[in-house]
Amino acid sequence: MKHHLLLAGLGALIGLSAAAQVGAPYIHDPSTIMECDGKYYTFGTGGGGLISADGWVWNGGAVRPGGGAAPDAIKIGDRYLVGYSSTGGGLGGGHAGRILTMWNKTLDPNSPDFAFSEPVEVAHSEMDEDCDAIDVGFLMDDDGRLFCTYGTYFGNIRMVELDPATGGRLPGNKAVDVAIDCEASTMMYRDGWYYLLGTHGTCCDGVNSTYNIVVGRSRKPTGPFLDNVGRDMLRGGGKMVIAAEERIFGAGHFGRFIVEPGVEKMSLHFEADLDRSGRSVLAIRPILWKDGWPEAGELLKDGNYKILSRRRGYALELAVDFVRAQGGMRFWGRQDEPLVVLEGQKLEDVSADWPEGDIPVRANDYMARPHQKWTIEAVPEAGGYLGGPYYKIVIEGTGRALAAAEGAELVTVPAFTGAPEQLWQIDQLIDGTYRIMPKSIPGCGERLCLYSVADSTPTLSKFDFENDNAKWDLKLH
Amino acid sequence: MALTALAGSLTLLAQAPSTGGPVYSDSSTNLEKYLVPASGEEAAPDADGFLRRWLLLDPISKPNRSNTVFTDSYLREVFAVPYFRGQLGDVLPKDGSKIKVTVEYQPPVDLSGGRPMWSNEPVVYEKKVRKLQWHAFDSQRFNVKLFRFATNLTEDRYGVIFWAVTVVNCEEDIPNVRLAVGSNSASMWWVNGEEALILSGDRRMVADDGASRRLTLKKGRNVIWGAVINGPGMSDFCARFIDEDGHPVRNITLSTK
Repeated sequence: MKHHLLLAGLGALIGLSAAAQVGAPYIHDPSTIMECDGKYYTFGTGGGGLISADGWVWNGGAVRPGGGAAPDAIKIGDRYLVGYSSTGGGLGGGHAGRILTMWNKTLDPNSPDFAFSEPVEVAHSEMDEDCDAIDVGFLMDDDGRLFCTYGTYFGNIRMVELDPATGGRLPGNKAVDVAIDCEASTMMYRDGWYYLLGTHGTCCDGVNSTYNIVVGRSRKPTGPFLDNVGRDMLRGGGKMVIAAEERIFGAGHFGRFIVEPGVEKMSLHFEADLDRSGRSVLAIRPILWKDGWPEAGELLKDGNYKILSRRRGYALELAVDFVRAQGGMRFWGRQDEPLVVLEGQKLEDVSADWPEGDIPVRANDYMARPHQKWTIEAVPEAGGYLGGPYYKIVIEGTGRALAAAEGAELVTVPAFTGAPEQLWQIDQLIDGTYRIMPKSIPGCGERLCLYSVADSTPTLSKFDFENDNAKWDLKLH
Repeated sequence: MALTALAGSLTLLAQAPSTGGPVYSDSSTNLEKYLVPASGEEAAPDADGFLRRWLLLDPISKPNRSNTVFTDSYLREVFAVPYFRGQLGDVLPKDGSKIKVTVEYQPPVDLSGGRPMWSNEPVVYEKKVRKLQWHAFDSQRFNVKLFRFATNLTEDRYGVIFWAVTVVNCEEDIPNVRLAVGSNSASMWWVNGEEALILSGDRRMVADDGASRRLTLKKGRNVIWGAVINGPGMSDFCARFIDEDGHPVRNITLSTK
């Protein structure tokens, strides 16, 4: 019986690959993910944090002194500024809190350079004022100004400006109230807008936590931050960014990670993962920008897809003979025949005539034919990249796999072997389309993506978000 | 009555949270920052239609260590308890009048004690008779900060029920309006004795979080009752009437008699 339970548990772990990070990603109140010397780091409440070599498999090991609650981190120049609150936020007790910042040259605890500077206080709250100084969040805007928000449900979310050279409070700076009834605030800057993120809902109640992340925006860092219906966050306003999903609940503590133009991720925790005993886990989701507002994208779910180019809308397909489907030519004749349901073309109708070896790919208008239907599945044992697992892309119902080939071209091979050129990184972009990149390309050291060099001709080339040739739509069929 | 005639007696509008320049933080928590004694016979709603004149009863101790218990049925049960004569009635209590209520007593929160270490064991609360007072206030803000009402005037702050009532005066029937409310935490609202709105669950105060069905404010007096319950949290509420287009209803006056 125990054996069966273990298997069931493992099955659940495999199944969760589309929902949360793998490894042991247990954390509460994760700080914005930082990259340091090729590894990713996030810190949590109570001290310590998680490290990942690839951004998908996370385990403990990060080191943050000071204890307390809800840290954040930002890289400024060649140093990392880490903030945290030395208190824990009291409900039923006092609300005297302190926001502290400290520097480190590296986040790698094994580096000889790993040493945090002495923490300095940048903001505090009194015992019973309308603020509880915890839950720090950093933003550096395009002008190099460094802002810090903090606060909880106990009163106001406040914002102060810091000196990016010292990490201390800018002399003479006065705290500004920017929101009420939030926790885990932080700011973003994009296209002349300051965005204030906050977490609403019930914290710390496991599978019943209703934590959810909302946003407002302002042209000024001091607000007012208005939501999509013009409601000030000082009046409780906020547009939803991400809430519970089917098996994970309590989305909180937003952090933004810009991979490159057009590719953005958000880090957060879900307070309860049903597949992991209801523990609080790190999650990473794509950030989508729609009409100037951020939304959470989704990790690609295993399924059967058509892969459509943004260039023309053509579907990726095997370069095999087009086989006519049943039904014959009609135009406008034979109108007096009784209605019947025609079968769509099936794999077994056509696959016997496909070559047995490698088959090239091309793009064509979608006709729902077997050589245009792809199954995309995560390969849990293959690791991943920031926020996602590697996937295999095979013709539906077969093992024939899409692979990168010599010369930065594309091919399909008869069977998926798990080779790196058959593993695909699939990132949802900020406009909701996808970038599809092989893990590696034989004979090529560059990271290239699936690319439409002509309407009917896919290849591998450099990613450019401004170029539709580099983008694809994935639609379930 | 022309609204302009009321303007001289109103001191409310200037204190609303700004939607323009920075709102600089202020550590003070004195009552006058949030609520001042009602002045003048009638008050107008503020520029956004929020109702700022209310008769508030001192908080009734009702211990709850989590707000997740505030289901619809729980709210209907606890708000159906007859706490005082005239509850939900047409005749308002007098400003300064006092009532006796038997409550589950909670000792005052020890602010110096830091974060309390709560036990999962059920707590048995001592029953005590408390004398509670009605206060007629004008809110200095768009919202009524019940928490600071409680911390300034009473021993209670968490695990409480607040009762509020106001009178909306209309020169003529105003049909097809809705009572829009936000509250921290859960609340129920009644218009002229009829249930208008319930906001259940662990609520944050969000302006226009929920709205009643369309209703008619009748010519003359309309009595609005509200009850807000909270466990650990900063209790407050905001309420206004909005029309079919979501615009605030402002051709009304407020009184507490």
